[in-house]
Amino acid sequence: MFARIVKILFFGLIIKPVVLIALGLNVVNRNKLPTHGPAILAPNHNSHLDTMVLMSLFPLRMIHKVRPVAAADYFLANRIIAWFALHVIGIIPLNRKQVTRKAQLFEQCHETLKKNEILIFFPEGSRGEPEKMAQLKKGIFHLISDYKSVLVYPVMMHGLGRSLPKGEALFVPFNCDVIVGEPLSCTSHANELVQEIERQFNLMRPLCLTYRADEE
Amino acid sequence: MFNVPDHSLYAMALVGLILITATLAYIVISRIQRDTDHQELKLRIQSWWWIIGAFFVVLASNTHFALAFIGFLSFLALKEFLSIVPRRQTDRRAIFWLYLSIPLQYYWVATQWYGMFIIFIPVYIFLFIPIRMVLIGDTKGFIKSAGILNWAVMLCVFSISHLGYLLVLPVKNSEAGAIGLVLYLLFTTQFNDVCQYVWGKLLGKHKIIPKVSPNKTWQGFIGGVFTTATLSCFVAPALTPLSTLQGAGAGILIAVTGFFGDLVISSVKRDLQIKDTGVMIPGHGGILDRMDSLLYTSPLFFHYLYYLHY
Repeated sequence: MFARIVKILFFGLIIKPVVLIALGLNVVNRNKLPTHGPAILAPNHNSHLDTMVLMSLFPLRMIHKVRPVAAADYFLANRIIAWFALHVIGIIPLNRKQVTRKAQLFEQCHETLKKNEILIFFPEGSRGEPEKMAQLKKGIFHLISDYKSVLVYPVMMHGLGRSLPKGEALFVPFNCDVIVGEPLSCTSHANELVQEIERQFNLMRPLCLTYRADEE
Repeated sequence: MFNVPDHSLYAMALVGLILITATLAYIVISRIQRDTDHQELKLRIQSWWWIIGAFFVVLASNTHFALAFIGFLSFLALKEFLSIVPRRQTDRRAIFWLYLSIPLQYYWVATQWYGMFIIFIPVYIFLFIPIRMVLIGDTKGFIKSAGILNWAVMLCVFSISHLGYLLVLPVKNSEAGAIGLVLYLLFTTQFNDVCQYVWGKLLGKHKIIPKVSPNKTWQGFIGGVFTTATLSCFVAPALTPLSTLQGAGAGILIAVTGFFGDLVISSVKRDLQIKDTGVMIPGHGGILDRMDSLLYTSPLFFHYLYYLHY
């Protein structure tokens, strides 16, 4: 209960106002976001702000049910950041480095889905170069292959890599685009799912108002 | 707290009346034509209530609060502009300084330091931004970026801040007060937009600049200029120090330059192949979509008035 109150205060008093005023969002198809779990959001990844922006789109009453999956080696390395990530943001740590069995890797994710919560899972794996799409990884398929009824919502975000790119500490305000795609159900092969997500990303990209700004 | 001079109060009441009429018209239309979708029109009118309501409350409260509000509009416009135009990753730190120019520019306005207000952006910011870019050291695309950043701050900060300076000019029409000037400019600019649209819809035949905007016609343009000038003859003497004849001149100036402000933002959108500059104002698009004409009319009306009366 205490953690939930902290999370509501953090998002209601800090994240939502910052996202609304300092950033500014061009959201398309907001009504397509899932209203309850189990569901998986599969956004592209450019910035630490990605998770904050996505979570800010959900009402405060259900914000504790939105759980980003994040790299344990990065977010649990420092004690203070670890406390913050686990208790305020409510991340689900993923041990990228010590993979023994797939079932073990996603154990916590599966528990979360069983509790009807919404996972945020970045199929690119890492932030990479700002505003450049990396090759999608197959992890997302292995995550849901045993949970065929769970829908995957591709989300295209653009512009956040400008506001706060990897390795930069100076935040610069820019509007950014968030486009919610059509929900996908699990396919029989990993490649099919990845290709389908990629296809949706390609369809959504032209809807981004800030996209042309980065074309050279 | 709410101490609005008579003429400005009448002007606000008139705008309120127009808004109520438009809302009633919408209700009647949507009842009669049940089959057609009026969602867009509904959103547009709803947004107008918010925009006009916010402006009235802000203008009626106090000058410094109003300046902070207009400064915030500058920020939103600049952010929107910089988010859609081409930029380099290395321009981030130069852009950060553009944002910092906003509080300074509005501080000059608040302290009525006219000399600084008028040169700060075109002299100091214009010369400083390339210096900041030189220090970053990315020369590929330097010329294009310097041009874009300068233009962005001129349109979104320098132009819009003239709207604020109207509020701090010495009052020469005591029956309208300082806010009379702002009400006059906003009302005439928006009235002209609507008139050009309506005349275009009614009589529009000969396209004026089809490459930029296929909906703009000579009939709409001339009808708009004529109607706005006529209205301005009556409204300007009530709300500003301008005489009837000077008011007609201001009407023509606002109608013609508002038309071009609209087309300049249209050209930016065409170049970028986007339909709206943002989604902030439901039914209208982004903040620049709404303020396009005003980017031209505010500095040009300001200097017309300043030349004649100050």
